[in-house]
Amino acid sequence: MERIAIAQIGDCLLVTIQVDMHDRLALTLREDLGQRLVQTQATGVLLDISGLDTLDTFIARVLAGIASMSKLLGAETVIIGMRPAVAMTLVELGLTLDGVNTALDVERGMALLRRKNA
Amino acid sequence: MPLETVSVDTERDVSRVRRAITAYADNLSFDLLARTHLVTAASELARNMLAYAGGGSVRIAKLRHEARVGLKATFEDQGPGIENLDEALSDGFSSSLGLGLGLGGARRLVDDFELETAVGEGTTVSIASWHEPDRHPPGGP
Repeated sequence: MERIAIAQIGDCLLVTIQVDMHDRLALTLREDLGQRLVQTQATGVLLDISGLDTLDTFIARVLAGIASMSKLLGAETVIIGMRPAVAMTLVELGLTLDGVNTALDVERGMALLRRKNA
Repeated sequence: MPLETVSVDTERDVSRVRRAITAYADNLSFDLLARTHLVTAASELARNMLAYAGGGSVRIAKLRHEARVGLKATFEDQGPGIENLDEALSDGFSSSLGLGLGLGGARRLVDDFELETAVGEGTTVSIASWHEPDRHPPGGP
């Protein structure tokens, strides 16, 4: 079955989404990530979406749901690398993903997590 | 001019619709923002069709008007139709499944939006966006 890979870097889990993420794949990622958070006791999740050229309301909600779930499991989530056109489209849709941390790249995302978890 | 018809029966077909429209928009040199808006609107509508009508078809066509070229996508289903259209088009409305923002959001993202619906017969939604090749060269703002 097709899956999105989850890598561990220190206390963080890094998820790089490089494909057009269809719904099933997004939901599978949510489940896999929940399990990995419990196994690894990671305190941060970096979701790299720089490979996504579209983000519709369903996928945006799944990402926000991943952030909420991770928080309940003791990890902060940072969404990384959102393309400007995607950000503008989300604003047009009225989806501002309030409460979700974002950063421009992995390095800044890691720095943000270190500050949050300090 | 018709380009392609994509039938939408599963979630994966929603991705196929996104990919097809992305490719045609690139082909017509749409700028990135216009392409992203159109593909996102198409994704919302294809998803709606699957959720509320169990599926349908998407006809993609190229339009031309004087110096402008356009890309049109028509979403047709034989589902239950929409009873309260004003409500369905209003922002933030979602009758079920937590999808929301679908119709109203899609309408805001495109230049043209048309909707025909008959309760018990189905719904057809057309969206189109336009582009003037000379005013927006590829890669330009």
